[in-house]
Amino acid sequence: MYPKDFYYTKEHEWIKVEGDEGLVGITDFAQHQLGDIIFVELPQVGTELAVHQAIGVVESVKSVSDVYSPVAGKVVAVNEALAQTADLLNKDPHGQGWIVRLKIKDKKALESLMKVSDYEKFLEGLEA
Amino acid sequence: MLKTRFNELHKKLGAKMVEFCGWEMPIEYKGIIDEHMAVRTKAGLFDVSHMGEVLVTGKDALAYVQWLTPNDAARLLPGQVQYTALMTPESTFVDDMLVYCINPQEYFLVVNAANVTKDYAWIAGHTKGFDVKTKNLSDGYSQVALQGPLAETILQPLTDIGLAAMKSFWWAKGKVAGIDCLVSRTGYTGEDGFEIYTTAANPAPIWTSIIEKGTPLGLLPIGLGARDTLRLESKLMLYGNDISDKTTVLEADLKWIVKLQKGDFLGKPVIERQLAEGLKRKLTGFELIDRGVPRPHYPAYVGGKKVSEVCSGTFAPFLKRPIGLVYLPIETTAVGTEFEIGIRDKMLKAKVIPTPFYKRAGKK
Repeated sequence: MYPKDFYYTKEHEWIKVEGDEGLVGITDFAQHQLGDIIFVELPQVGTELAVHQAIGVVESVKSVSDVYSPVAGKVVAVNEALAQTADLLNKDPHGQGWIVRLKIKDKKALESLMKVSDYEKFLEGLEA
Repeated sequence: MLKTRFNELHKKLGAKMVEFCGWEMPIEYKGIIDEHMAVRTKAGLFDVSHMGEVLVTGKDALAYVQWLTPNDAARLLPGQVQYTALMTPESTFVDDMLVYCINPQEYFLVVNAANVTKDYAWIAGHTKGFDVKTKNLSDGYSQVALQGPLAETILQPLTDIGLAAMKSFWWAKGKVAGIDCLVSRTGYTGEDGFEIYTTAANPAPIWTSIIEKGTPLGLLPIGLGARDTLRLESKLMLYGNDISDKTTVLEADLKWIVKLQKGDFLGKPVIERQLAEGLKRKLTGFELIDRGVPRPHYPAYVGGKKVSEVCSGTFAPFLKRPIGLVYLPIETTAVGTEFEIGIRDKMLKAKVIPTPFYKRAGKK
């Protein structure tokens, strides 16, 4: 279910590293909690983000929640498709539902994030 | 937490459960949008057992209901239902409710879950001078709502009541799935449908037989999430959001439930005064023009000045537009008037639009 090569946060974001850049999205657990997602507020390309700074906002029919940056970096692209089809976050949260592409400031910061086995254990703890 | 008699069935169906007014209730099963669309196009089944039921009996029952409410209960024949309100002397809302006329000496009142205790205290506290008895029957009642264009098709094989002959806002007693029930052609979704009340100790067969009959036809179980989006598209009031003890019946744009010629009732002098002087504000439907989702308590601005807060707001799943209700100064309530809603750090453009936002085809 959860891709092996992603890093995860306790707020249920993921980052998929590709060279010096990383794609960021929310996890399947997060989209399931939120329910039907209808709107994603995206940042401007070029925005410098500190770790845990709000990237944007995801709104479902029922709720509003912030998405935080797993690491520090600069927004190099946003997923424009979400403007019309925010439900990609429900349908394909770990793929087509990516939210931003970051130029990672310091790849060492990734070490403080959870690997897939840790994240799955973390989820088991939440569901227990 | 209080549990309805269908609680285990919701969990078996995989519902996401939440606390609502002290009750453990399903917020969604399959997802709010799918559930909303099922009710608009096929059918949906709701557990609304948390609603309150109060029985008023006695020689003066009609006069007493007339005193407490702005609508004209004298127009009801036995077997009819009416939407009305419990009014304060200021013509604000203790609650909104349905009145079922059993006969002129017996009325069955259905009130909101959030207000049962307060309403019953109000009802029981205003009997002085009337030969009536009141009884809070809420604990004994279960209620389900079957709503949507296929509601009659699904329910008819399960009941001995002739549903085709039952007009909107009428009720009858009969059996559903072999259980004694009161069934009315009413609801809170803007669709055709039925509300089914029973005092059976085990009403589960009503739920399970409707699910069984309806599922092959596209029926879904519906949670409180879609109940809210459905009622808002149809501009049906939610107590606490759109109406309260701070809003008058005229401000809430519910003049149609006010029948001044019926005689005296609580709040009438204030209503007459507001009619003479004109309203300062009115509950108004709007659409967000800029991209975003309006939500309760977001500030509303006219000419850069905060005038109020959003009462109800959502992305409307059937209309696929962000809509809401807000009290606006009367001079800015004309259809087409633009104003702003503050969403996080932005001022987004909104526009007054006609209501109800959604009206089903062929509705009389």
